[in-house]
Amino acid sequence: MKTWMCVVCGYIYDEAKGDPEHGIAAGTRWEDVPDDWACPDCGVAKGDFEMVAV
Amino acid sequence: MERSDILIVGAGLAAITLVRELRKRDSASTVTVVTADDGHFYSKPMLSNGLAAGKTAAALVMTPRETLESQLKIVIRARTRVVALKPEVHKVLIDQGDQGELTYGKLVLALGAQPIRLPIEGDGAADVLSVNHIDDYARYREKLEGKRSVALLGAGLIGCEFANDLRSAGLAVEVYDIAPQPLGRLLPTEAGSLYRQGLEAAGVHFHFGVGIKTVERTMMEGAAYRLTDSSGAVSEVDLVVSAVGLKPETALAAAAGLAVNRGIVTGADLQTSVADVYALGDCVEVDGSVLPFVLPIMHQAKALAATLNGTPTAVAYPAMPVVVKTPACPAVVCPPAPGLAGEWKTVAGDDNIEAVFRDGEGRLAGFALVGSEAVKAKQSLAAQLA
Repeated sequence: MKTWMCVVCGYIYDEAKGDPEHGIAAGTRWEDVPDDWACPDCGVAKGDFEMVAV
Repeated sequence: MERSDILIVGAGLAAITLVRELRKRDSASTVTVVTADDGHFYSKPMLSNGLAAGKTAAALVMTPRETLESQLKIVIRARTRVVALKPEVHKVLIDQGDQGELTYGKLVLALGAQPIRLPIEGDGAADVLSVNHIDDYARYREKLEGKRSVALLGAGLIGCEFANDLRSAGLAVEVYDIAPQPLGRLLPTEAGSLYRQGLEAAGVHFHFGVGIKTVERTMMEGAAYRLTDSSGAVSEVDLVVSAVGLKPETALAAAAGLAVNRGIVTGADLQTSVADVYALGDCVEVDGSVLPFVLPIMHQAKALAATLNGTPTAVAYPAMPVVVKTPACPAVVCPPAPGLAGEWKTVAGDDNIEAVFRDGEGRLAGFALVGSEAVKAKQSLAAQLA
């Protein structure tokens, strides 16, 4: 499981946790997160995230 | 003489996002970024919610300058101030003596915005802090050391975020605004009133319908400043922070003869009135509108990157909902275009409000969500707007 960080606001998408509040189940791999998913904190698109080692 | 294909003035979100977008398309152009600060990329949205999270100024830096330079293959001229634009000769002048000239092929102004300072009387007026930059944040954190109470001027989005953050960190917070409710431009009345209750339940004290007239230093133990508001009421606090809004940074552009109104004037192509000079971000007025916050910048950066790479592209915005980062009362706003005719319809539940704005023909044209349940409708409403 990997983590991805929003380059704008620092929000972390953790594949293990997903984003259940917005319909992304825990364990959803980044490549399976739909392209129209947006950062829950600042709203930028999935493409504005970078992989980070946390 | 130093020449860059693309020279960007400013190193904030607008500038760095533009470079990231450029590099997705074009790795060959030489790009130089000139900035008056250290040139590290930091998260501006976190300025107003970093305190309770225990973030120091240094911890807000997401990518240090050296990493930006190597990853994006750019040169960053840090601590360098551009003092004049010379678009007729494709140059800018910088404050570095004999070396003080940079030549460009295309110039991009990503100058940002400056905090609006209200006219306030009293010997403490100059001590009122505005926090719109990482250096401001460092000063704010330093001044908060050992303090117990803060007055905030402005109950807009940023003011409310600071209020919530300061409360979460255990400080007493007094918020002043001449408007009758928080988020006055973003929330219809009922939603504003629920939002107010949410923050009040967390211990934020609001003073609506009044402005601060004077800020005076006190010599007392404890509170450092005495504030007098426009109703004559007096309060005492340790620190005063102003969050009454921003104005686009236009001075350099105006001095060089570029068309300037509220912001630096461009069309949807983000080109200024002068050839080979572009603008984006908080400094720009695109087709008559100055748009705040993060999302417009992202869309502008993508369009401008395409344009600079040879495919003229007009910026177009989808629905851009804004999350108000106040955990005491979560809210999402997506205001209708200013002046649009229509009306708000509100559905209220327990501690939640969903308000939708419909135009004359009944089409969804904006929305406001208050409460931890209501905000979940963000994506579905935004999709209907888009």
